[in-house]
Amino acid sequence: MSDEGAAVVAAVQAVAERLEAERTHLTDLDSAIGDADHGGNMARGWKAAAEEVAALDDPDPATVVKTAGKKLLSEVGGASGPLYGGSLVFASPELEDGITAETAVAFAETYLEKVQDRGDARVGDKTMVDALVPAVHTFKKSVETDDLPPVEALAKAVAAAERGVDFTVPIRASKGRASYLGWRSVGHQDPGATSTLYILEELLAAAEEQLDVAETPPVDATSPTIPDGEEAAED
Amino acid sequence: MKKLINDPDDVVDEMLDGMVAAYPDRVRRLDGTNVLVRADAPVDGKVGVVSGGGSGHEPTHAGYLGEGMLDGAAAGEVFTSPTADELEEMIAAADSGEGVLMVVKNYEGDVMNFETAGEMVEMEGAEVAEVVVNDDVAVEDSLYTSGRRGVCGTILVHKAAGAKAAEGAALEEVQRVAQKVVDNVGTMGMALTSCVTPEKGEPTFDLGEDEIELGIGIHGEPGVERTDIMDADAITEELTETVLDDLDLDEGQEVVTIVNGMGGTPQMELFVVNRKLQEMLGDHGLETWDAWVGDYMTSLDMMGCSITVCAVDDELKELLGAPADTPALTVR
Repeated sequence: MSDEGAAVVAAVQAVAERLEAERTHLTDLDSAIGDADHGGNMARGWKAAAEEVAALDDPDPATVVKTAGKKLLSEVGGASGPLYGGSLVFASPELEDGITAETAVAFAETYLEKVQDRGDARVGDKTMVDALVPAVHTFKKSVETDDLPPVEALAKAVAAAERGVDFTVPIRASKGRASYLGWRSVGHQDPGATSTLYILEELLAAAEEQLDVAETPPVDATSPTIPDGEEAAED
Repeated sequence: MKKLINDPDDVVDEMLDGMVAAYPDRVRRLDGTNVLVRADAPVDGKVGVVSGGGSGHEPTHAGYLGEGMLDGAAAGEVFTSPTADELEEMIAAADSGEGVLMVVKNYEGDVMNFETAGEMVEMEGAEVAEVVVNDDVAVEDSLYTSGRRGVCGTILVHKAAGAKAAEGAALEEVQRVAQKVVDNVGTMGMALTSCVTPEKGEPTFDLGEDEIELGIGIHGEPGVERTDIMDADAITEELTETVLDDLDLDEGQEVVTIVNGMGGTPQMELFVVNRKLQEMLGDHGLETWDAWVGDYMTSLDMMGCSITVCAVDDELKELLGAPADTPALTVR
């Protein structure tokens, strides 16, 4: 239990570092079609979340995710707080029995559902949903239909998210701040989809690291020991 | 631009402490938050009514804390939604076990944070209902909103919902009357000057010496038309006709009106506007049941006003006329 918790703490830390590194890039993307605060808000929020979860005493994965989500709610604020943080809080109970391929899929699906409920956005609206929907659907299919090991499934999910990010460039925004620009949003990559991709990439990296640590070369889908990779998927 | 502030970062915090210092027997601040609640919250046996939003619209919302109106008011940073964690604490503090109605102005950040907070409180077993106020008839979809913005009509929602809750009505009844106001109210505003935020220290938007903006939002977000300055009667006509067009009321309908100052306009001018407004309502065959004039929902130091018209029936008249005892509004 505590191993899984520690792995999730490490994943949150990795996401925080990545978003700090991408801070300027995200802000530039947001300057074009938003209000130029996405990079700063996300970097600040995840840094605070990483500090918060690092201070937890031997936490289980659900507690880590919930704690991080709550911190994002208070530190990121605006619409991104509820979308990125609130969804983590509401999806966290899916991990109460630990991280397995099955709970990871449930977590990912609940996370996506909460993002879509709250933001009322669909694929093609030029939002984080454009990265998240293909990622979650690919993850689920890879685990449940293709019987891929969770880390491999997560790698496929990240690739799907990447295509989703590319897809946001030529389309017109119809949700979120950018929708106010109408056709002027065309040609710009969505910052929310982009940060979602970065988060997923870091979760994959963290999951791969866990695999190395576990020294279990050929992992199969029935193995319950692929810690936070999956959970990462959801974020 | 000159401002009566210390550090811009401290403005909201210092304002809230100042409010508590002004009304220590009426309001208290939840520790470590920017939330004010009624001093006696939660009130036993009563549905809680809470609201909140960005700061800079004072006396909205904390000025309406008290008997017959709000139980909790969350203040975000200037023109920024309060965060869901603070809203969650506010809802919990306002809940006596009878449930809580959240009155939310329709801005994306506000709606998402309130709904997230409401859902978190519900996970703990509390009962929460929501009403989203979208009375601004000027624009559909704007900088911060899908759909119409929520503006000064919100005060009437606070009043009606607060009065219903004070009667001891159940949550769904309180929500019903709040929605009834939302369904029957329309507002449109205008600016003579831009507001100046403490952070930026200069005008949010440029408006020429001889220009005005019609349909302005309460954060200085764009309206429908920038035009040459007109006299008060012409401006009043423009705003009133747009609101009445939208409401499409029958002749003989009774209404409540608000001429609301944006923060930088003297009462003298608001009364000049009200004079013309009432004359026009008469011309339209409408009957004014009550007319409010003053600064109810401001936009910092913006000069300008908004006009709100709300159709009322016997039920709303009773609720809007019921006693209220708050720092910003007293009805006896």
